[in-house]
Amino acid sequence: MKEEGKHKKAKKYGMVINLDACTGCGACMVACMAENNVPFKEDESNKLDSIAWMRVYKLTNGKSYPEADICYLPRPCMHCEGDHGHSPCVSVCPATATDYNHDTGIVSQIYTRCFGCRYCMVACPYHARYFNWWDPVWPEGSTKYLSPNVSPRMRGIVEKCSFCFHRYQLAMDKAYVEGRTVLEENEYQTSCTQACPAGAITFGDLNNPEHKVHQLAKPDNKHGGRPGNPNVFRLLERLGTNPKVYYMSSREWVRRAGDNYLGDEDFAKTHRH
Amino acid sequence: MKIGRRSFLSFVIGGAAGSAFTPLPWKLIDDSSIWSQNWPWTPVPSDGEYSQKNTVCTLCPGGCGITVRKVDDRAVKIEGMKGHPVNAGGICLLGLSGLQLLYGPTRVKSPLKRVGERGEGKWEKISWDEAISEVAKNLAEIRSQGESHAVGAIVNSDKGTVSNLFKRFLTAYGSPNFMTTPSIQDSYRMTISLMQEVNAQAGFDVENADFILSFGSGIIDGWGSPVRMFKANSAWKAEGKKVVQIESRLSNTAAKSDKWIPINPGTEAALALGLANVIITNSLDSKKISQSTGFESFKKLVQNEYSTDKVSKITGINSTAIVSLAKNFAQASKPLAICGKGQGSAPGSLDEFMAVHALNALVGNINEEGGVWAVSEPDYIKWSDPELDSVASTGVQKERIDGAGSEYLHATSLLNRFPEVINSGEGYPFKALFVSDANPLYSMPDSKAIKAAFKSIPFVVSFSSYMDETASNADLILPNHVYLERYEDVPTLAGLSKPIVGLARPVVKPQFNTKHVGDVIMLMAKALGGKIADAFPWDNYEACLKETLGIKWDALVENGFEFNGDKCMLEGDFNFYPEAMKSLSDFSPVSIEGSALSYPLILMPYDSIRLANGYIGDPPFAIKAVEDTVLKGKDAYVEVNPKTGKELGLTQGRHAFLYTPRGKAKVKVNLYEGIMPGIVALPRGLGHTAYDKYLADKGCNFNELIGSVEDQVSGLDAAWGIRARLTKV
Repeated sequence: MKEEGKHKKAKKYGMVINLDACTGCGACMVACMAENNVPFKEDESNKLDSIAWMRVYKLTNGKSYPEADICYLPRPCMHCEGDHGHSPCVSVCPATATDYNHDTGIVSQIYTRCFGCRYCMVACPYHARYFNWWDPVWPEGSTKYLSPNVSPRMRGIVEKCSFCFHRYQLAMDKAYVEGRTVLEENEYQTSCTQACPAGAITFGDLNNPEHKVHQLAKPDNKHGGRPGNPNVFRLLERLGTNPKVYYMSSREWVRRAGDNYLGDEDFAKTHRH
Repeated sequence: MKIGRRSFLSFVIGGAAGSAFTPLPWKLIDDSSIWSQNWPWTPVPSDGEYSQKNTVCTLCPGGCGITVRKVDDRAVKIEGMKGHPVNAGGICLLGLSGLQLLYGPTRVKSPLKRVGERGEGKWEKISWDEAISEVAKNLAEIRSQGESHAVGAIVNSDKGTVSNLFKRFLTAYGSPNFMTTPSIQDSYRMTISLMQEVNAQAGFDVENADFILSFGSGIIDGWGSPVRMFKANSAWKAEGKKVVQIESRLSNTAAKSDKWIPINPGTEAALALGLANVIITNSLDSKKISQSTGFESFKKLVQNEYSTDKVSKITGINSTAIVSLAKNFAQASKPLAICGKGQGSAPGSLDEFMAVHALNALVGNINEEGGVWAVSEPDYIKWSDPELDSVASTGVQKERIDGAGSEYLHATSLLNRFPEVINSGEGYPFKALFVSDANPLYSMPDSKAIKAAFKSIPFVVSFSSYMDETASNADLILPNHVYLERYEDVPTLAGLSKPIVGLARPVVKPQFNTKHVGDVIMLMAKALGGKIADAFPWDNYEACLKETLGIKWDALVENGFEFNGDKCMLEGDFNFYPEAMKSLSDFSPVSIEGSALSYPLILMPYDSIRLANGYIGDPPFAIKAVEDTVLKGKDAYVEVNPKTGKELGLTQGRHAFLYTPRGKAKVKVNLYEGIMPGIVALPRGLGHTAYDKYLADKGCNFNELIGSVEDQVSGLDAAWGIRARLTKV
């Protein structure tokens, strides 16, 4: 067993989201809410307190009619690796309620450990973390559809996208029962990936050259996972958070919107790898 | 013992080191956080045996297959069904939120009888026996007065067993007034009947087309069968196929297209004919069609009336763009033009449909791969005609109240005319109305008129599973099972090139004291007795469904769907210039209501896939996914070009009053560069007054601000907008 473990390379689950294909339909957001028992309240139009593990942002190119253009950008948790697992949120958590899993590359959130200090929310540059300001309230009868795979959260704690980690656990359980230790690419897919009607989300092991995510992003692990595909970018690449969610767009203005650039900065040059 | 410096220091340091190593403080913090989170009101979902069940989603006409994940007898998640021919595993956000409708607070939990004023919300729970006898009593009385024709039904479609049971019930009872919720399917059906002389639905072989010219159709905003269109759109992108979107607003579809061409709204038909002119003049048309009926007249029409310069003036698109678009379209190997704005819930002008259909014929794609197919309607319902008694046979001979088939020969149902005919007193006084799978009080244009019409009908029965606007204004609610609790055949057209029939089946037991609407129809018939009861020889709905589907039943139970048959394309001679097209000899856009003087702007609706606008309202998850530039608090945003905004002194995010000849609303302003100056755009799907607190009283209903404009040929609603004024608060 130990021998086998030695040869097994650590997995690094990640996502490539094709922004050319994304239609902004919002199915990923709802697929996530339905999968992960995300609560809802009467008014969800204040997006600062509206819990959405996956949130679709609308980008505009800033040009006037009729040159205006828009693009949608789904934002799950980026599951930053940082430098050897020192993701921004993991580094600051005083309760070890969030943790970087070196076997899967998934940044966890352990609700029962979290005591709501919200350091991680401040540390996360992607606004991927949400605080439960109130106890969730499901209307009468609606608790019937709650999934037993994800525990409902309560007031005073932080929650975020887990890459549907419970699906990984279920898939691994199944694999072990069948005497396997390795998952097929399609055995573990997140709820948003599965639901996306446009097929814009690809999910898999970035370290596995046979997985589609690897082929699309061509991550360079020697240089913090930077994408090798010129149409692929990551959000706020230059912060060095080493996120595992990659975006793909054929439009330059969209790729440029992924980071902050000075007005006269040569985007093509800084974006080159 | 003397406490010296040394012992004091060792005590402090030792104590500090000791407490650093003891797990106690950490244990206490951990415990306190666990303890503080173990509130009894935080639900702990029970675990159990996992299972999956396939069924069909009926929340929109798209007909997607869905897989429902269950834990014991609880449904916990809806997912797209893998390998389903419509959606191939994909699903939209409305379909995903279906369980909130099943278990949600908007369900009508038992038959209800109104006790207060209409719409007051005071109900009395009654038993099913009481409910059925109440309906029967009223219907028998109306019938005995010889006014059976003054009873009608509004349902969502005329396909499928449930709709046909309603139709059969009305026929046996003695009424011709079976009405359906309008959509572009009606316009397409009529266009095909006029130009190809076959009774068929339009099917679009989008998967095989390689140049898609869309006249404002929301390809990825919910047009046709939404998930199928999403998939097609992604495939086009991957394969480098071209999409051109003609629309005055940068919709999601326009933003994702290869080219967005803004057009003066309402002039799409002129553009289609202008493109036809370029194609014919440059001899780019398909040679096989030159022998077609009416081709010479059509050629004359476009060459005389739709010169590029003239069309450029009408549409506001420059001449070079028109010519190059026409050439690119005609030279593509499988070009396809589609129309029907947004999600296609408003039928639109028949001129536009005929012009676009002619454009398709011109490039030879009718009934061809990648083209428009005249698809045969499902024909598995083969019931013998009911035997009619004397009252019924007199009743069904009466003219329909909406003028379909009489005033408008080609139409089968014109719900848009219903309110006006009732309100003006032109038609006969209406006595009773059934509404099933429809919410006309919300979804029909000119809400005021339809509300007034409902007010004058003494007996309104709703079959809704949810407390929607129509149900809350009914006299009696006989709640149907939700789609996840019942059997039903779901014949899906929605622009599919290979239409299918799906089978919705119970995934969970009925949660409340509801009854299948099919069973209720049969019970009503039995209560009325005589020939009406004889018209329904089945024991119950399930037996009827099994018998109707015959040999299809087993396959449906096994797979969940079944194709309509191998040969679904209907051949007919193409007529380029049917009589109805003569109105195009002098182009004028469908006139919209209001004078330009007092209403300088034009209000147009827009559709978003995140906002359901049919008879189903947005469930909590879906409304949660709506952007804060569409809905903020209780206010809906209108989109206005910053230039127009500046002229009117409007600022981003501030309130404004929106006036149209039909109504007024308080809105917020979103200055959006993606919209043509002079236009105000408001989303459909907001402004509900019924349902739950998650949806009700948020934003305003577009239908309260617009009226219906009758199409001269079809009688369907051709309105695409209305004149408007916007003033700052």
